[in-house]
Amino acid sequence: MIPGPFTYHRPASIEEAVGLLVSLGEESRPLAGGQSLIPMMKLRMATPEHLVDLGGVAGLKGIDVEPGGIRIGAAVTQAQVIGSALIADRLPILRDAALQIADPQVRTRGTIGGNVANGDPGNDMPAVMQCLGASYVLAGPSGERSVAARDFYLGPYFTLLEPGELLVAVRIPLPSAGHGQAYEKLKRKIGDYATAAAAVILSATAGRIATASIALTNVAPTPLLAEEAARLVVGTSLDAATLKAASAAAKAIADPAADGRGTAEYRREMAGVMVARALVKAFGRVKGA
Amino acid sequence: MSETQTLPITVTVNGSKVQRFVEPRTLLVHFLREDLGLTGTHIGCDTSHCGACTVEIDGESIKSCTTFAVQANGSSITTVEGLANADGTLHALQEGFRQMHGLQCGFCTPGMLMRAKVLLTENPDPSEEEIRFGIAGNLCRCTGYQNIVKAIQFAAARLNGRTFQEAAE
Repeated sequence: MIPGPFTYHRPASIEEAVGLLVSLGEESRPLAGGQSLIPMMKLRMATPEHLVDLGGVAGLKGIDVEPGGIRIGAAVTQAQVIGSALIADRLPILRDAALQIADPQVRTRGTIGGNVANGDPGNDMPAVMQCLGASYVLAGPSGERSVAARDFYLGPYFTLLEPGELLVAVRIPLPSAGHGQAYEKLKRKIGDYATAAAAVILSATAGRIATASIALTNVAPTPLLAEEAARLVVGTSLDAATLKAASAAAKAIADPAADGRGTAEYRREMAGVMVARALVKAFGRVKGA
Repeated sequence: MSETQTLPITVTVNGSKVQRFVEPRTLLVHFLREDLGLTGTHIGCDTSHCGACTVEIDGESIKSCTTFAVQANGSSITTVEGLANADGTLHALQEGFRQMHGLQCGFCTPGMLMRAKVLLTENPDPSEEEIRFGIAGNLCRCTGYQNIVKAIQFAAARLNGRTFQEAAE
């Protein structure tokens, strides 16, 4: 399969890339790792007339500590996330999620920016970013703006990213030490998108959950923040009744489509199961509670 | 689009520098197979799942069916044709696949070899589980993977100066 013809552009800076996206208009697409876009182009489901290759753009790389959190450049690959000692230490949920995306070769090229920006509800990082309370830095013709991951997703492949804007970084507030984090993903085989998946981050004091955040992958047209499920576990020691109630609250907001991974009913049920498993795992990982 | 754009690229392939003009939409695997005649790199699923097209690029393994040749401009690529030792003897992985019967039809083998080569640089002495996770992006429909895993264990042992004992099944 061969993609349709396009004109190739290789800017050296964010400003130049944004300028190209603005001047070339809606028939242009940024190209990062290409692991979602190139397959879509080969199937002719995407036929951009212009590709703006971000491979030579300075300022999109690097995982850096900043006050209150870390900043991950949009072109940082999943493999680099997996290899980062900082992330393994402070944001192990990102590493857990990255290890469940595709396969080693795809993770070598696939980027964080592409995973969160393209709006595919099957992607794993958007729910993780919602769970973490991350924000996205969007560069546009009139400068940069910041959008919360929890507000960014409007529908499948439909986000708050405006034409001419480029997602240049993800900023993640660092959970204080001692938080438990887990990403539980049910998939048919390695490399598959989730049948259902859940991200959980929580803290505990004296054996009781003090704060909790839960988000769901691929059980609705967008990632979902499961606020009611999180509210239900706070103040508890995660007894069986609480787990059941939290699962039920997550299932109540899930709206999966039937697909090769199962019926809508099955996938909704699995969303509840993944929430329960991720809660138990995250609770077990809380330190010093 | 008024006329077809062609772009000059310079890459080092199996140690030799080559310069060619390519259309932007030319995939790296087509560049390697059709422009350079290096047909050892296979096209299997053509959808980024099977790994038959895996090559090494600047020390990393990628799927060449899901990379544009222009993205490889300036990089150093190794294909299965460049895997054997400089004196013409088989690479430890090739020897392992031969001795452990790590292939049957052979279609997935170039991709398996090139993925395993990078896996053993990332993790020179992997466990069986690490090998299986490390080749998760390469599909084989013949072997059931058992002898591929053994072949990689054979190569890891040889590269670490040990002898791999287990016989092929």
